[in-house]
Amino acid sequence: MTDYKNLKLIATSSPHIRSSESTQTIMRDVIVGMLPALGWAVFCFGVEALILTAVSVVGCVVFEWLYRKILHKPDSVADLSAVVTGMLLAFTCPPTTPLWTILIGDFFAIVVAKQLYGGIGKNFINPALAGRAFLVGSYAGIMTTWIAPQTAAPLFGGAVDAVTAATPMAYLKTGDMEGLKAAYSVGDMFLGKIGGSMGEISALFLLVGGAYLLWRRVISWHIPVAYIGTVAVLSFLFPKAGTGMEWMFYSVFGGGLFLGAFFMATDYATSPVTRKGQVVYGIGCGLFTVFIRYFGSYNEGVCYSIMVMNCCTALIDRFVKPIRFGAMKSDKKGAAEK
Amino acid sequence: MAQAFFGGVHPHDMKAATNEKAIEQLAPPAEVVISMSQHIGAPCKPLVAVGDHVDVGQRIGEPGGFVSAPIHASVSGTVKAVEPRPSSMGGNMLSVVIENDFQNTLSSEVKAPENPDAMTPDEMVEAVKNAGIVGMGGATFPTHVKISSAIGKVDTVIINGAECEPYITSDHRTMLERPEQIIGGATYLAKIFSLDKVIIGVEVNKQNGIDMLNKVIAEKHAPVVVEPLRCRYPQGAEKQLCQAITGRQVPPGGLPAAIGCAVFNINTTCAIFRAITQGMPVVNKIVTVSGSGVVEPKNIECPVGTPVSCLFDACGGLDEKTYKLVMGGPMMGMAQYTAEVPVGKGTGAMLAFCADEEKTVENPQCIRCGKCVEACPMHLEPLFMFQYASKGMLDELEAANIMDCMECGACAYVCPARVHLTHMFKTGKQKINDKKKREKAAAEAAQKAEDAKKEAEKK
Repeated sequence: MTDYKNLKLIATSSPHIRSSESTQTIMRDVIVGMLPALGWAVFCFGVEALILTAVSVVGCVVFEWLYRKILHKPDSVADLSAVVTGMLLAFTCPPTTPLWTILIGDFFAIVVAKQLYGGIGKNFINPALAGRAFLVGSYAGIMTTWIAPQTAAPLFGGAVDAVTAATPMAYLKTGDMEGLKAAYSVGDMFLGKIGGSMGEISALFLLVGGAYLLWRRVISWHIPVAYIGTVAVLSFLFPKAGTGMEWMFYSVFGGGLFLGAFFMATDYATSPVTRKGQVVYGIGCGLFTVFIRYFGSYNEGVCYSIMVMNCCTALIDRFVKPIRFGAMKSDKKGAAEK
Repeated sequence: MAQAFFGGVHPHDMKAATNEKAIEQLAPPAEVVISMSQHIGAPCKPLVAVGDHVDVGQRIGEPGGFVSAPIHASVSGTVKAVEPRPSSMGGNMLSVVIENDFQNTLSSEVKAPENPDAMTPDEMVEAVKNAGIVGMGGATFPTHVKISSAIGKVDTVIINGAECEPYITSDHRTMLERPEQIIGGATYLAKIFSLDKVIIGVEVNKQNGIDMLNKVIAEKHAPVVVEPLRCRYPQGAEKQLCQAITGRQVPPGGLPAAIGCAVFNINTTCAIFRAITQGMPVVNKIVTVSGSGVVEPKNIECPVGTPVSCLFDACGGLDEKTYKLVMGGPMMGMAQYTAEVPVGKGTGAMLAFCADEEKTVENPQCIRCGKCVEACPMHLEPLFMFQYASKGMLDELEAANIMDCMECGACAYVCPARVHLTHMFKTGKQKINDKKKREKAAAEAAQKAEDAKKEAEKK
């Protein structure tokens, strides 16, 4: 029989079982969720899009590993969050972005925006968006050169030999509905046959990835629905040109709104923890996106609106709290009579 | 199906290992170790000394206060020692050690009432009190105290058959094998509380248990209804069960009686039935022995005080890689540091783990995913409580309502970063209680000093 005296027992606190979901599996799901959009980007912009993404991922992982190595902190590369940041940053850049540029963005995202605040879960701003904002501020020319889909992207800087194209957002900015309809149909917008940042162009494929994340319960519907819904309602009510319906579809499918709503705004570290707070946050993202598009000097508002709401997250968490169990008086005795 | 409560988690129930295995009687152990603290509240005073002969059902521990319940010998034999022994609650506890004479003679103290159905509620409560019945779901609160403090305030009596903890099947097997005791006990409870019906809540993963209970209810025309419940941990927590069945929420810091509810476990109900019909005290316990470390998992009925090593022996022993013994369920049970600890009145399961159940990680980092907030059935925000507790911010911790935390473990179970949330809340609550005690003591000392000063001035 068993020798009970020689068992090496540990007596740690309950619970003694844990869910199989881990930080790593969550990040893996996010990566899987981005693959459809990546596939579309490669289809549209060639293998260069894949190389850009790969370099960005390697850049982020190496910067994270180096930073933590140099500062003698426990290695955190295995949680895959740096891979996600690398992919997201590449997604928000034009396919013509030179590799050295994206590496600078990687450095800013991982070291400045994430690790300096303590690493995963402690950053207050989305690292990929911070990296993109930094690049837009520093290399405005590179970051606003758009090529039409299915034209080759020059990889290593140099002259753009592909066909440059105006993005739908430029038409929307000026309210040129006729020009917009001539250039792109609503179907083109939804499928992603438009110019724009590498991973943001196809609402359809982002929606497929987002649905995967919802199905895997990595994200909940609250932020994407509140965000896209707010943009849709405001665009429908206040079209700059054309009918409300037309304007709404072009606004919702353009400008990386789906990328922002499903993959950026839902970032755990920088969004509120309660469901109610997430709705407030999503509505805020939508309001700022529309404000920037209508009144700002940029054509596109998704990136900055999410960053603004990132900064409000602590505030939302402070004021939007779950109602304590038993504190609701309404159903205390009322149910007894039913 | 009953309405749901908010939050909770859905772990794999792991019940398939034992839910089709009938309850086995353990071969009588050579010795039992009966702790004098089998319940929440004041420990008992031993009534026997070394060398005394005791019979089954003989009272050996006298209640030490109002919230206390007597303790009885679970085997017949000779008292070998009255001394502190390892306890399942950690540390040592004064225990009566009885050497079994294997005669199993019933004590003359155990007397069946002549006509149980003619007993008044007061007499029935007295029988429950004398039988030393405590909450057998694990909380071990003395049942007679619960009943007498709830009589007159309660319009809903709930029998808790949720058995929401993974692995445990002792209540499930009781439903299948002893349904008439459950229904009988529930009928007596209806009488005690003068109610025309008692509700049994059972999770739907025990459909055959529900069917069996309904069959007996129909046969006996008993004033009992079975309410199927959604499978969701912690469905069997008192407050969540009340909420699921009545829609009412127990106010913070309150008891179910505050919203007109009283909750009794399935096996507590059986014990009430045996106490009223046979005058039989609590001397046996049905324990599910399961987990990856157990060679052949079983449901076993054994005398209270049986060392858990005897249970494992009856199940073919343990895997040599076993790293954890858990008394109770995997979500709220206590890890034991020795297999010497005895089965108590509240022991529903004894688990041994040798696989990767814990899934611990080094250096866990919160990623703020908010899954703990969604999982908390008390509607708290565990991630913030963890920050306050780990930084020693006790005022903020208390303001975050940590005292509402019932340590169900749902947050820690679901945490993808595997942060030790529940552990931190247990120690955090302890620190707040200590601080309150210190402050109270300091205030009393200051008051005394002031009084003494005044006295001195008068003179």
